[in-house]
Amino acid sequence: MLDYERLLEEDYLEIGGKRFRSRLIIGSGKFKSFQENKEVLEASGAEIITVAVRRVNITDPTKENLLDYIDPKKYQILPNTAGCYTAEEAIKTAMLAREATGINWIKLEVIGDQKTLLPDMEETLKAAKFLVKEGFVVLPYIFDDPVYARKFEDVGCAAVMPLTAPIGSGLGLQNPYNLIFIKESVSVPVIVDAGIGSAADIPPVMELGVDAILTNTALAEAKDPIKMAVAMKYATIAGRLSYLAGRMPKRTYAVPSSPLKGIPYKT
Amino acid sequence: MKVFVNGRELEVSERISLLDLLGLLNMEVKAFGFAISVNEEVVPKSRYGEYILKEGDKVEIVNIVGGG
Repeated sequence: MLDYERLLEEDYLEIGGKRFRSRLIIGSGKFKSFQENKEVLEASGAEIITVAVRRVNITDPTKENLLDYIDPKKYQILPNTAGCYTAEEAIKTAMLAREATGINWIKLEVIGDQKTLLPDMEETLKAAKFLVKEGFVVLPYIFDDPVYARKFEDVGCAAVMPLTAPIGSGLGLQNPYNLIFIKESVSVPVIVDAGIGSAADIPPVMELGVDAILTNTALAEAKDPIKMAVAMKYATIAGRLSYLAGRMPKRTYAVPSSPLKGIPYKT
Repeated sequence: MKVFVNGRELEVSERISLLDLLGLLNMEVKAFGFAISVNEEVVPKSRYGEYILKEGDKVEIVNIVGGG
């Protein structure tokens, strides 16, 4: 057993009654091929992967399927409602996703603005309420708003997934304080869902006590997605261990590391 | 009669079932990663054979693709 595995032996990510070892969740969009996607998934150590629901091309329906490459028995498939702009659209998409996969987990996304892809929190909450009642395990993509985060927990969401920067922006951690407040205001897992640009962006987020990271574009658009997946795997572990280890306080002035007494040649 | 499949108008014979429509489109029903709704209501896979389409029905045929 590796050092980090021993140290994290009792450390699970628990969502909707299921336990996961990995705190890195990956998307499956924008990869060059299904094969590359599969290799990235394996390299990342992720156990959860998001997918989308789209119309079949009726003039060319015989194309290969992503699920021919990713074994749903081995990985938790997390269908999303990406592209939906109202609660109603998101609910209908979630119903199709459940029928298509037999999985009642849904990454709920209701977008409010095309340019920033920021969520419409009112519509997202409306859809979340409905889908929880329909028996879905709902993981909503939300703004990093601690007040709203609690509302999502109150209606029965299995986790909350705040952004740290807009989807696909790769801007990294923008508002650590909001994530700290969200961690304080809810007891369900907090998964940072958007804004990660590279492996280096992950430890500062995980160090805040955030439970998991979801990333897609930073992998798909990396020059070498497999190397980035490995880097992200260890960045997530490093961030988690650093959080559990507890950081030293920040100070304005220097504090020497070596003893002040007994310095040679000092009178 | 006319029906709409994934937003496209299609001329089909009267009393065609969903299963027949899929045959017409050269599509096979996959147990996993495939779903259909008619007029925004999901139709379970077990009912494709008995589900008869009506004039103007809006059929959505979806599958699972990569997404974040």
